[in-house]
Amino acid sequence: MHTNVSTKSVISARNLTKAYGEFKAVDDISFEVPAGESFGLLGPNGAGKSTAMRMIGGVSGRTLGELDIMGLDPEQHGPEVRAHLGVVPQQDNLDEDLKVRDNLIVYGRYFGLPLSYLRPKADELLEFAQLSDRAGAKVDALSGGMKRRLTIARSLINDPKILLLDEPTTGLDPQARHTLWDRLFRLKEAGVTLILTTHYMDEAEQLCDRLIVVDSGSIMAEGSPSSLIKQYSTREVLELRFGAERNAAMAGRLEGVGERLEALPDRVLIYTNDGESALEEVTGAGLHPITSLVRRASLEDVFLRLTGRSLIE
Amino acid sequence: MSTTIRQQDLQLQGQNRLLGSLYSRNARAVIGRGLLATKSSNWLVMVSGFVEPVLYLVAMGIGLGALVGQVEGPGGQPIQYAAYIAPALLAVSAMNGAVYDSTWNVFFKMNFAKLYEGMLYTSLGPLDVALGEIFLALLRGAMYATGFTAVMGMMGLITTPWALLLIPASVLIAFGFASFGMGITSFMKTFQQMDWINFVMLPMFLFSATFYPLSVYPTAVQWIIQALPLWHGVELLRQISVGVFTAATAVHVLYFVVMIVLGMLLTTGRLRTLFLK
Ligand SMILES: Nc1ncnc2c1ncn2[C@@H]1O[C@H](COP(=O)(O)OP(=O)(O)O)[C@@H](O)[C@H]1O
Ligand SMILES: [Mg+2]
Repeated sequence: MHTNVSTKSVISARNLTKAYGEFKAVDDISFEVPAGESFGLLGPNGAGKSTAMRMIGGVSGRTLGELDIMGLDPEQHGPEVRAHLGVVPQQDNLDEDLKVRDNLIVYGRYFGLPLSYLRPKADELLEFAQLSDRAGAKVDALSGGMKRRLTIARSLINDPKILLLDEPTTGLDPQARHTLWDRLFRLKEAGVTLILTTHYMDEAEQLCDRLIVVDSGSIMAEGSPSSLIKQYSTREVLELRFGAERNAAMAGRLEGVGERLEALPDRVLIYTNDGESALEEVTGAGLHPITSLVRRASLEDVFLRLTGRSLIE
Repeated sequence: MSTTIRQQDLQLQGQNRLLGSLYSRNARAVIGRGLLATKSSNWLVMVSGFVEPVLYLVAMGIGLGALVGQVEGPGGQPIQYAAYIAPALLAVSAMNGAVYDSTWNVFFKMNFAKLYEGMLYTSLGPLDVALGEIFLALLRGAMYATGFTAVMGMMGLITTPWALLLIPASVLIAFGFASFGMGITSFMKTFQQMDWINFVMLPMFLFSATFYPLSVYPTAVQWIIQALPLWHGVELLRQISVGVFTAATAVHVLYFVVMIVLGMLLTTGRLRTLFLK
């Protein structure tokens, strides 16, 4: 039976909550992820993204709420659920006592997979991660980017249906990030459901079909990157810098330009659907910023609108 | 590229086995990993685990033995002082190895090497990890016990074939300590707390009839020591080393069987606290 089931949820979280004592790291979040989707959790450090990921993997108990991963509760059926999950944790936890290729094979053994399957699979994944020439190297001899790629390769050893990626590209250089994004696109094309957390708005815009914006354990907004931008921002943003002392003062005199104005310590943001004419209005009023920039609105603006804070401090 | 996903692929079947959420019957993968990792492990540390009790035996047995001469053995017959303390040192080494592996080693791999974090994101459950690690600790213990028994033989301290039973009996003792050690580690959060473990072990090592008979103590103290596991281990191995078996032998063995059962119950009950935070 071959049916397209893009509407069926592979992950369904209802009122998911995790408390450490009085403090709620994840506070009553609910979401559904259909099969094959690339779903993001976007939020600043400490928002509760990793905690939510650990609950999905069944390695952290939840305080309240329900979780259904492909029909099973990961807390009750951890081994069965995780057999079909691939996990890239925020911090690499490669086995430093084993060589690069052995890291993949031994990890596959944890899933109970036979060596006859794992040997060729490990070589294929080393190829995928561009690490074939490092197969016999020690893990601690790898660079940060290589370790990250090995961790991602390792997460694919069991051909997962769902891949959990916790800040997959944090700490990577731009080149390595783009390589990684390309690999993730290929997995998505192959039908793998991707769940990823990030505090990079460009990453979220590139990779996510849909995302939730999380702050202090709660969902602030949900939707596709473009719909969120449409809903919470104008099409364009005019960024003006008048120098650190004068930004706030100037903001007062810019009242009425564009649809909305945001005064940050280092710059003033004017939300408008036409940045160029807004800039003309500003200069026409006799105001001369040190620098000015018209750009497309991004998820960063959505986050700022929702929380009054910047995504990356 | 269009993708079709089959509906049944996205519907997992849960099994309802006992401990199914904690155990996937794959401890052998953890053992396999441990054996592969020994290749790159610190051989000096491995060797020192074997050498330590041998050094004690040479220093105390030969050195102190020259002053002490012969002492009364388990069956009432006189034996060399070295032959008296050798089985006790073996019991101490079984205890130390098992406790180290199930407490410090587990604590380190958990909190610093993040080894278990990776394992637990696979099909493995915490019970697989615990059983695998205990097995590895016992395997190492069996190797050390074999080496030590061989040294005893070379020093002429073995007079009966029964002494071969020292090896499985050491493993029994190590199992008792390891099963409890892991459960106790689940209560530990900091290195300072881990130090309490040494605080308990050192007096047990010194006072459990290791170097002289229990009869030197007042009765009340004797009772306390007889309640502690190391004394049972020392007495069990001492009896085996000369091939003298009494009803007490069965009590010592039973003590460890009960300790293993209780220890495994404790560890299993604490697995979520230990591994799933
Ligand atoms: N084991 C823990 N005990 C207490 N607090 C924790 C624990 N783990 C995470 N937290 C807290 O929960 C909050 C969310 O953490 P985390 O999920 O790691 O956020 P994110 O991944 O979004 O940066 C943080 O304030 C963090 O300090
Ligand atoms: Mg995180």
